[in-house]
Amino acid sequence: MTSVEFFIQQAINAISIGSLYALMAIGLAMVFGILRLINFAHGDLIMVGSYATLMLLGAGLPFWLAAFGGVVTSTIAGLIMERIAYRPIRGAPDVAMLLTSFAVTILLENAAILIFNPTAKPFPAPAILRDALQFGNLRVASLDIVAIVVAFALLVSLTLFVTRTEVGISMRAASEDLLAARLVGINVNAVIAYAFAIGSMLAGVVGILWSIRVGRIDPFMGFYPVLKAFVASVIGGLGSLPGAVLGGYVLGILEIMLQGLLPASLSPFRDGFVFAALIILLLFRPNGILGSTEREKI
Amino acid sequence: MLRFENVHVYYGQVHALKGITGEVHEGELVAILGANGAGKSTTLMSVSGILKTRTGKIIYEDKDLTQASPYNIVQLGVIQCPEGRHIFGGLTVLENLLMGSVRRRDRSEVKKDIDWVCSLFPVLGERAGQTGATLSGGEQQMLAIGRSLMSRPRLLMLDEPSLGLAPVIVQTIFDVIRKLHEQGVTILLVEQNARKALQVADRCYLMETGSVVLSGTVEELRGNPEIERFYLGG
Repeated sequence: MTSVEFFIQQAINAISIGSLYALMAIGLAMVFGILRLINFAHGDLIMVGSYATLMLLGAGLPFWLAAFGGVVTSTIAGLIMERIAYRPIRGAPDVAMLLTSFAVTILLENAAILIFNPTAKPFPAPAILRDALQFGNLRVASLDIVAIVVAFALLVSLTLFVTRTEVGISMRAASEDLLAARLVGINVNAVIAYAFAIGSMLAGVVGILWSIRVGRIDPFMGFYPVLKAFVASVIGGLGSLPGAVLGGYVLGILEIMLQGLLPASLSPFRDGFVFAALIILLLFRPNGILGSTEREKI
Repeated sequence: MLRFENVHVYYGQVHALKGITGEVHEGELVAILGANGAGKSTTLMSVSGILKTRTGKIIYEDKDLTQASPYNIVQLGVIQCPEGRHIFGGLTVLENLLMGSVRRRDRSEVKKDIDWVCSLFPVLGERAGQTGATLSGGEQQMLAIGRSLMSRPRLLMLDEPSLGLAPVIVQTIFDVIRKLHEQGVTILLVEQNARKALQVADRCYLMETGSVVLSGTVEELRGNPEIERFYLGG
């Protein structure tokens, strides 16, 4: 394999994993933008969607239908989470909302342990998603291509949604200035529900792609993706949607690059290097790459 | 049209409105004057449902607004243009105006109203594609007023529209306020610039530390020593 081929292969890998981070980070950013809530339970929506998919597969549904059902389930779970956990404490101090998100996480994970038991279960995927395509010396996993294409399609739809539809523009308005949003008559409850629904839907999609990638699912599977998504949104600028996407891809590229560049003896410490890079970035841009520098309104 | 009946509002322990009573009739332009901390903005925020009233009633056309949500109050056509402008900085001028019409369902009319707002404030038409954050302070104030107008308010509440603006822009904004008043829009205007406010108002209330201390028509109040003091002091 030539170095060019190696580079292309790694680039595809980086964009594929970055796509998953980006989709997850959007869900965090949408909610944070409006509520100033870092919803750590967002990761558990991945778990909910994946288990739902597995159950539907077990019931004999074809994979694509089961996956669709999984995405619908995580969307509904996100809406329920907003309604019963976050709406009653809206307006409470940020730290109360953060603690609530930890509580929701623990609740969902324990529920999953009770229902499915804590041991990991294999996550079957159709053969086509386990295959790799061969271009000369280049081997590209079809899952990577699917992840990139799905993410691209979702990002384009999302961009159209937030720039062309009234609900989408309202969502951006509410995240800019909640008081002004209420004073112009934006239905803030509806907008927040939309933000949760869209974020949870994206988490459901990520969940399925992630589960295929890892090959198994367990009740705690949401932790790692939500942590990565959180890092991605901090890199890009917390609460900014373009920032979340950018941060996701930057994180994906950074991880794969370090994996390729670090000598074998250091590669187990890859995450350490990633976080060191994050600290350096934040020293220079405390609000992330695209984060506002909190202009004083005069 | 709008009536305050012994309204008390608290910020935590602070007694911000101490039983204010007053009214705004249809088609009137009523000014609320007073120094900082007199409770003027609190009054408007209570009407909008952002602040909850402890006791007393705010009646708008036979409905008690103290029980209504901000969303429902806007649906009634009671619109506030808040102090400090609060435009959506990351949204374009056009998107800001569209957000003003979010309560309406008559899409074809919305387009006409955008043209109308841009005729009142031509600079908004020129800057339609720019984000709100890139506008100057005066332009932002025009955008904030324009956005409020996009909802076709039946009662428009303006909070300190002239604050911190150059005299020439203050004049533009007061010209528009006068024009809206002539077109029959009911306006409740909070101002520290008493001289300007009294030029356009029909009646006025003077507030001090959470209470109405003086009220009357502009003719009645002209020459009143308290108002004079406020003129000079303010």
